[in-house]
Amino acid sequence: MRTLHHFNGGVHPAQHKAESNTRPIVAAPVPPRLVVPLHQHIGSAAKPLVKVGDKVLKGQMIAAAEGYVSAAVHAPTSGTVTVVEMQTVPHPSGLPDLCVTMETDHEERWIAHAPLDYRAMDPSELRNHLRDAGVVGLGGAAFPSFIKLNPGPAQKLQTLILNGAECEPWITCDDRLMQERAEAIVQGIEIMRFMLRPEEILVGIEDNKPQAIAAMRAACALADFAVEVVPVPTIYPGGGAKQLIKVLTGKEPPSGGRSTDVGVQCFNVATAYSVHRAVHHGEPVISRIVTVTGNVRQPGNFEVLIGTPVEQLVQLAGGAKDGTNGYVMGGPMMGFTLPQPNVPVVKATNCIIASSQALFSPAPPALPCIRCSRCAVACPADLQPMDLYWFSRARNFGKAQEYALFDCIECGCCTYVCPSHIPLVQYFRFAKSEIWAREKEKEAADLARERHEFRQFRLEREKEERAEKLAQKAAAKLEMLGGSTDPEADAKKAAIQAAIERAKAKKAAVTPQNVDNLPPDKLKEIEEIEARRAKAKEGTQQDS
Amino acid sequence: MLSALLVMSGLAVILGAVLGFAALKFKVEENPLVEKIDAILPQTQCGQCGFPGCKPYATAIAAGEADINQCPPGGEDGIRKLSELLGVEFKPLNAEHGEPKPKSVAVIDEEICIGCTLCIQACPVDAILGAAKQMHTIIAAECTGCELCVAPCPVDCIGMQPIGEEIASWKWRYPVIPIRAAG
Repeated sequence: MRTLHHFNGGVHPAQHKAESNTRPIVAAPVPPRLVVPLHQHIGSAAKPLVKVGDKVLKGQMIAAAEGYVSAAVHAPTSGTVTVVEMQTVPHPSGLPDLCVTMETDHEERWIAHAPLDYRAMDPSELRNHLRDAGVVGLGGAAFPSFIKLNPGPAQKLQTLILNGAECEPWITCDDRLMQERAEAIVQGIEIMRFMLRPEEILVGIEDNKPQAIAAMRAACALADFAVEVVPVPTIYPGGGAKQLIKVLTGKEPPSGGRSTDVGVQCFNVATAYSVHRAVHHGEPVISRIVTVTGNVRQPGNFEVLIGTPVEQLVQLAGGAKDGTNGYVMGGPMMGFTLPQPNVPVVKATNCIIASSQALFSPAPPALPCIRCSRCAVACPADLQPMDLYWFSRARNFGKAQEYALFDCIECGCCTYVCPSHIPLVQYFRFAKSEIWAREKEKEAADLARERHEFRQFRLEREKEERAEKLAQKAAAKLEMLGGSTDPEADAKKAAIQAAIERAKAKKAAVTPQNVDNLPPDKLKEIEEIEARRAKAKEGTQQDS
Repeated sequence: MLSALLVMSGLAVILGAVLGFAALKFKVEENPLVEKIDAILPQTQCGQCGFPGCKPYATAIAAGEADINQCPPGGEDGIRKLSELLGVEFKPLNAEHGEPKPKSVAVIDEEICIGCTLCIQACPVDAILGAAKQMHTIIAAECTGCELCVAPCPVDCIGMQPIGEEIASWKWRYPVIPIRAAG
């Protein structure tokens, strides 16, 4: 039996798992229209490859990864691209982002795809394949997985952790996935094992999911490598990557560091499943399992095509009950209210909760902080939220950073326990985005300063060059008039001559040598042009 | 007695030499205050302060020749930072030098542009690309929004476009407690 560790803090909110975890996953029908956002992952947005009117096949790449931290986006089914423009996406800002809208033809015609023989592949080729299959972390952060699947220079990893904790209340999509598709998850783990070469593999599942634990244990027993399924105590946020690592291994990634700094890498079980689909079936990420729960008639889990409007998903769950006043994407602790109900499902959408007054009563007005320090007791990141609150509120961002604001995982435990109902996490999010914005502004200012200084230097240099040219001309004229016998004038002349030589040398140095490596025919062409130019010049001189 | 005198005077000579050497070796070339002020200024290089760029304005502030409230792009925030740095009283922006505007970038209407290069010569950060009788264009990422290129254009083809809010630049708002209407 493995000895488990525990992290400080955490809370026990009402779980609400039973509403949706008893019914099997239902495949959602293909909607008539899909809106696929091109920026569904952390990093830079994918670059669109299709235009209006294009016919696309199921699984066809419609946007390619751009830059290193990025992932591709694919057509979830076959159909015709109707619009490529900005549309409202599931984001707390409610702002639009670039999306590809397509009318589906319900023919489900797949693009050619085949399983990969990953064992024979070059590791970087395999990683690029995962990037081009759009595999991102499906736990909610949507970080491109291929980057995390790089073992780095060490070429080895101590512990690979599969995160099946699913600690947020209401959400059961990973629970159902583990119950129903445990073998596929284990096959995905096998690919991850091949890529990362970990010494041990652990699957952490909270002990409120006994069926998922049993299913995963059964599947792991069949595997020809060692995987240990470890039930972990149910406590929020036990499924946070850093918290789960702490519980399973006792290791703590350093402040501001990554889990690989302590030899651990952590993936969501659903990510392992999509790695399996991408490698063993050659299928990109075009659907995911979403829990639809809360104030709906028949809560459950659905396998949904990316781009399906949330509204239609809610209809599948029997529709929203009376009193629904909005939809939350993600869980009640870390999720956010959707700007409008017709936004599409994206790779990060693990759960849609129909909210109502009865389920989530609005927080009473905030009262002053009484420094009871309950938030510090509840904080799983060992921070002092009451101090961070003070600094964020006062916009004292330097001090907030000193108190490790960026180690805050925004889990919401502090807000949950605050007896004064202060929206602490909102203050921390505000402070973080303000710090990022200032950093960007500073970068822009530095760039402007540098460019301005270079311009000043350039203008100065051009001025000097012009002066030298004039001096050169004057000297030439003097020579034409005949040298004088005056030794003083001779010295002056010599100085001028020296200056001319210097200028010539300098000019030769700055003249771009961009014709050096040209083929002879090009050189000949240039010579001809030069000859013509000289001729033309002569002509104009004769005219004048 | 004599040895003590010798030791003391010897020490004085050595330490004096060390201090003299250090003063030469670690000589501060520029007024460090200018650098600090320059770091606060937004580097728009727009000249609205009455000086030909941010650095000259910073130098003037350091020399006590200019007030701290002459930079519209820096806004109240910038003035506040300057007042903190220099230990002087905050004062509102001097309206003579202009009003703060939302951050924008210049955009050239490429249909109208005649390729006169006047805007290229005006741009303080070399953010305009083009050549004589060739269409010009603005490198948006390097444009500071100083508006210096707008006036020289003989065909009025340069407009200022405010930078709207995008998801990438969106910021979480300062939390406010909604006040509900009574009744």
